[in-house]
Amino acid sequence: MKKLSFLLLLISSSLISTTVMSSELGDPERGKQVYKKCASCHMVGVKAKKRVGPPLNNIINAKAGGVANFKYSKALKKAASDGLHWDLDALDAFIENPKGFLPKTKMSFRGLKDQADRIDLIAYLATFSGGELAAKVDEGFTVSKDILALEGDIEYGEYLSSECTTCHQSSGDNDGIPGIVGWETEAFVTAMHAYREKQRENPVMQLVAGRLSNEEIAALAVYFKDLTEDN
Amino acid sequence: MALNRRTFLGVAGAASVTLASPMVLAGGHSKPRVVVVGGGAGGATAARYIAKDSKGEIDVTLIEPSRMYYTCFFSNLYLGGFKEIDDIGHSYGSLAAGGVNVVHDWAIGVDRDAKTVSLAGGGSVPYDKLILSPGIDFVDGAVQGWDVSAQNAMPHAYKAGSQSELLKAQLMAMPAGGTFAMIAPPNPYRCPPGPYERVSMVAHYLKNNNPTAKIIVADPKPKFSKMALFQEGWADHYDGMIDWVGEEFGGANVSVDPNAMTVTIDGEETKVDVCNVIPAMKAGRIAELAGVTEGNWAPVNAADMSTKADGDIYVLGDASQQGDMPKSGFSANSQAKVCANAVRGALTGSKVFPAKFSNTCWSLITTDNGVKVGATYEATAEKIAKVDGFISKTGETDDVRKATYEESEGWYSGITADMFG
Repeated sequence: MKKLSFLLLLISSSLISTTVMSSELGDPERGKQVYKKCASCHMVGVKAKKRVGPPLNNIINAKAGGVANFKYSKALKKAASDGLHWDLDALDAFIENPKGFLPKTKMSFRGLKDQADRIDLIAYLATFSGGELAAKVDEGFTVSKDILALEGDIEYGEYLSSECTTCHQSSGDNDGIPGIVGWETEAFVTAMHAYREKQRENPVMQLVAGRLSNEEIAALAVYFKDLTEDN
Repeated sequence: MALNRRTFLGVAGAASVTLASPMVLAGGHSKPRVVVVGGGAGGATAARYIAKDSKGEIDVTLIEPSRMYYTCFFSNLYLGGFKEIDDIGHSYGSLAAGGVNVVHDWAIGVDRDAKTVSLAGGGSVPYDKLILSPGIDFVDGAVQGWDVSAQNAMPHAYKAGSQSELLKAQLMAMPAGGTFAMIAPPNPYRCPPGPYERVSMVAHYLKNNNPTAKIIVADPKPKFSKMALFQEGWADHYDGMIDWVGEEFGGANVSVDPNAMTVTIDGEETKVDVCNVIPAMKAGRIAELAGVTEGNWAPVNAADMSTKADGDIYVLGDASQQGDMPKSGFSANSQAKVCANAVRGALTGSKVFPAKFSNTCWSLITTDNGVKVGATYEATAEKIAKVDGFISKTGETDDVRKATYEESEGWYSGITADMFG
């Protein structure tokens, strides 16, 4: 466990909430190969839907059992109601030995005993969580360097954020609406501009982003980037 | 200032700390006090934000009689069998832990000169700024034959909790092929799509459990929120089950008899098994007692939700008359944050940012089939004015409808976390 703990420590210190710096996690490219073992039941990515298992977007640090209308096992629902979150340690333990971690789970997978496989797999899943997912959605949509360089006013961002937190939880949890805490500035700003220009689909977000100025988007980006449950 | 017990203790307390920290008395008065009446989407949010953002500089007291708050939003999903009653119940414990002084009592009067709120349990609470978020009460005599004493025979279920459970029990006890009636309210009222989402959820339940049952809706309005979307959904999923009688066919000419369990629509009497009466509404009574209402609602200034009648009293949510926003939990939550920012600024000199409002209402038609309507708003000198809006389209794919429903689940977690912490 030495290597894993070290790596987990490294990332957990850099991501209090949902930001995942995949490069520090392991090798996501190799993780993509490992993921083939999961892919017959779980989808991940922009078009992911429920299959035998729930989609795995934004799984890092998500509240367990959070995909709406997915028929989870009683065991998982119980664990979720007891507060289970898929932080890195929990994910690692579950993937290593599903039935050991959660007896009576419906996930019939014998587990990944190889530590390096697990680290790389989690690194791959992390690329579909938080800001990294946004970056994929917005592929081909870019904003100018000047816009990205804008310094956000964090106090103004805090006030503006109250419009966001009616739907997006300030804890970063995702129960059907993505967490927006801890995103890298570029991903956050790009996503908001994509909504504003109607290059992203959701009509609620198009409306909200539609009346935000460049400075207001910058203010929100800086506020949510560093938001943790402590402040 | 009236030297009641509380202020006396407050002054004495301040004096006793003078030696240790003279700065406390710099302004010559104790901490500013905000009292919030009503712990729903408006009041809970306002109390939480002021307590959270003032970081102890403001005393916040929330007066709310209920120990548990059952959200009206998603209470229709409980009727439809998509939620358990506990799923929509929230305690005030986390607000208390977050620094809000939660008082479970009824506010029964406001003395605007003394700036105190009196409580049913005795005593009064002083305020510098008073935020009223009392939701709705019903207009007496709005539905002929019905008053609140008939709410057990004919529930309104428009304040969630025991009334929702009662209506659900009556729905489940309906005889095979029985009739469920709804008397829909006139505008303006809490949650414009609410009655029609409820019709959908009742139909969903009946389709699976009592498929020959019928639903009659007597409606005083010629049209309603998301009408095309609901009617499409009813035709697609509950064909032949729902009879909507609008204004044109006498839907406003209604009386009920709670003893005989009959409903008379435009002269035609029908025996029914369940009758959900949703009467015309007005601001929760404390707004009227405070003298800040005109007619049924409390007119407010859009910039900060302060009342036209009294600059130190604010009214949020359903009870306010603000302009273009619908009466919804989302709206109340949105208004609360604008108000909290303004109140905090007025009391502590913190920066006040321009008002910004938004609203989205999701409704569930059947399993995995959600629709939504939403808009953004701004404060003008006259009112809260709509800026831009959208609505789900008829004929959307199953995937879109499912995504909309899943989004509503996410929103529920979001807004309840935003209200209660």
